[in-house]
Amino acid sequence: MEADVHNKSEALENDSLAPVDRLRRLRADSPTPGLVEGTEPGAGQDSAMFVHAQSFEDLTADGEQEEEVQEGGDGSERAPEVEKPRSEGEESEETQGQRGEQEREQAEEEEEEEVQSGGGRVKEEDVNSEAWRSHRKHVFVLSEAGKPIYSRYGTEEALSSTMGVMMALVSFVEAGKNIIRSIHAEGYKVVFLRKSPLVLVGVSRTRQSERELTRELLYIYYQIISLLTLTQLNHVFQIKQNYDLRRLLAGTEHLTDNLLRLLDRDPGLLLSAVTCLPLAGSLRDVISSSLQAAKAKSLVFSILLAGSRLVTLVRKKDQYLHHMDLHLLFNLVGSSSTFREGEGWTPVCLPKFNTAGFFHAHISYLEPASDLCLILVSTDLEDFFNLSDCKRRFLERLRRRSAYQALQEALQAPSYPVSQVGIPELRHFVYKSKSSGLYTSPEIPMPYQSEEEQERLMGLYKYLHSRMHHPTRPLRSIYRCAEKENLLALVTSGFELYLCFSPLGTKALAVSAINKLLKWIRKEEDRLFILSPQTY
Amino acid sequence: MMAERRLSSREESLLEVQVEARLLRVKMVLLGSSGVGKSSLALRFSKDEFKASAPTIGCAYLTQVVCLHNARIRFEIWDTAGEEKYHSVTPLYYRGAHAALVVYDICKRESFARAQLWLKELEKQYFPGETVVGLVGNKADLSDGRKVSLQEGYRLAESKGLLFMETSAKSGQQISELLMTIAERVQKSTREDRGLVEWREVESVGLHQGERPHPLGTCCLVGP
Ligand SMILES: Nc1nc2c(ncn2[C@@H]2O[C@H](COP(=O)(O)OP(=O)(O)OP(=O)(O)O)[C@@H](O)[C@H]2O)c(=O)[nH]1
Ligand SMILES: [Mg+2]
Repeated sequence: MEADVHNKSEALENDSLAPVDRLRRLRADSPTPGLVEGTEPGAGQDSAMFVHAQSFEDLTADGEQEEEVQEGGDGSERAPEVEKPRSEGEESEETQGQRGEQEREQAEEEEEEEVQSGGGRVKEEDVNSEAWRSHRKHVFVLSEAGKPIYSRYGTEEALSSTMGVMMALVSFVEAGKNIIRSIHAEGYKVVFLRKSPLVLVGVSRTRQSERELTRELLYIYYQIISLLTLTQLNHVFQIKQNYDLRRLLAGTEHLTDNLLRLLDRDPGLLLSAVTCLPLAGSLRDVISSSLQAAKAKSLVFSILLAGSRLVTLVRKKDQYLHHMDLHLLFNLVGSSSTFREGEGWTPVCLPKFNTAGFFHAHISYLEPASDLCLILVSTDLEDFFNLSDCKRRFLERLRRRSAYQALQEALQAPSYPVSQVGIPELRHFVYKSKSSGLYTSPEIPMPYQSEEEQERLMGLYKYLHSRMHHPTRPLRSIYRCAEKENLLALVTSGFELYLCFSPLGTKALAVSAINKLLKWIRKEEDRLFILSPQTY
Repeated sequence: MMAERRLSSREESLLEVQVEARLLRVKMVLLGSSGVGKSSLALRFSKDEFKASAPTIGCAYLTQVVCLHNARIRFEIWDTAGEEKYHSVTPLYYRGAHAALVVYDICKRESFARAQLWLKELEKQYFPGETVVGLVGNKADLSDGRKVSLQEGYRLAESKGLLFMETSAKSGQQISELLMTIAERVQKSTREDRGLVEWREVESVGLHQGERPHPLGTCCLVGP
């Protein structure tokens, strides 16, 4: 059945925190690219780079109670299979008594195709206007005393009555000893997440599940923690219950805005994974070892980014970074121009590592106009000059080994077009190796290049993702013919794969594409993934 | 600031020789409310540029070398964030500073009030004369929106014996004057041996290899 893979894979992931030799052997021997975690294409050879997050469940685990997932048969090492469709043009997995829901989803899908204006923060927007109401996803943050803290659209002041209503709802239901989770009305989902001392509310017209929305709210919560630490947050509210937290968060609204944009667009946040700058393996190794050599006592993580792609990451032995913390760092760097001038030095809390304390991050671009940004995460507030020196040593080494120029060139080169894979009708895909926590994806092809279309494609992946990871009825594969494309998703204990075909693609084609794609990724894994992560 | 272009090792060693003699490090901190233009001033100081900027996160470190007639001064500028949440770490940056600029926006009274608080806080840390403190009214290009008069700023500075200037990071007005004046005062205060400041010659400039001569007029390329 479909519900099977899920728990099995969890068990495996836990077992293989440090991939063992057996797995490495399997990886080499495996005739088809390994489906077992640790042997799949893109799996790291040595120690893992990240904390092993249960891709999705881990993130929601502390946001909501974990629901029981039924344990099924094994299924982890079987070849990928696709459930039989009832007919083309329908989803192929079994859904019992869900016709009504599906119809509603179809209706919502049409709504989604409306062109939405994306982009900049329109703070002064009239909160009574149609435009304000028509945003696809609103996010509000308030204190437990009902004080507005953040609103994605419109000013918090103008919304104070709306926030009042939400607070009333939350306290009303809590008084009855129920924790209010969500309200569904007229195509809207309203999701509440209570993380004392904050209350987060999402109001969405998208098809995203309640669970996914909750997870996004959790991201926003951690974004706030990363700026303040939970300790400080609790402290200010202990001293003054109706404290206006906007005072402390002033100047960071754009970080939250940008994170919400990433959540709408970036497959990495959906999959709890990061993507790498495609780079010859030998070059990446030179960069990694140069970064590793430029170490300092207080250093915990050294991260080299190219835009939103990872070039390499070196970590202190026994210290792992969580994807979510890395995404928060990406967001910090990506949403602010302030690190472009000079060297940045800022306290940052990595909430998945420790909600109580600050790390201190040295953030600087390798060159003023370059996309290459180095983040050095240290435990010592006073270690700035040491870290600055680490950067200098790193650069020196890169240059001495002529890697800097090569890296610059790789940066100029586009990523790869999907046509390189050579699968007809394939438009796009996202492949995540579970054991490395890395994913790869080709360039966004023509039909999806506009912001709206890119978000629509992501919306489709999100939908598939939520079906695959359904809390009570998880699936191992799903084939779906949507209006403008055909989609296939597959989850094994080793990887997650989402494929998007043109409407001309057939299901048989899609199924046969899987192995071909896995083989291609295996062939290219050296370039697309970080196979030998370093520690210092 | 660092590594703007690659220097050949020959160039690098030349630079080192040049600088060896008298490059003095001066720690300078910029303080003031958010949005008054500290980062914009810092960018003017170090690159003579003006760009749209977002609120600073944490702190930014920039450098610039200026030449006086008998010494070269390497300003190590700490551009702090004006936002409240970073105030707890700010003392780290003004501790031991040779120069501190307290900046306000001439169009925002609140920022002027805030500047006075900063001055009080600095007074607690230093004996007069030890650190060169400057009061800076920025955004002088926006004279239409002016809320703090030139006299007010001047009187406040005079009462405390501070350096005072109105500047515009946008137009560049008074920027080089400000930096040169500070450089001279810092040098003077140490010559008269009033400063506790510890002067260290830079052992190696490897760290700062990207540095170009400053566009400011008095800067000379030839070493002492
Ligand atoms: N017209 C005018 N605008 C300026 C001037 N200096 C800065 N600005 C603008 O004022 C805004 C804030 O400038 P910043 O330099 O970021 O202010 P800041 O003091 O660094 O702010 P924080 O980093 O939040 O403490 C930006 O939009 C600048 O473009 C100036 O001299 N004239
Ligand atoms: Mg600033």
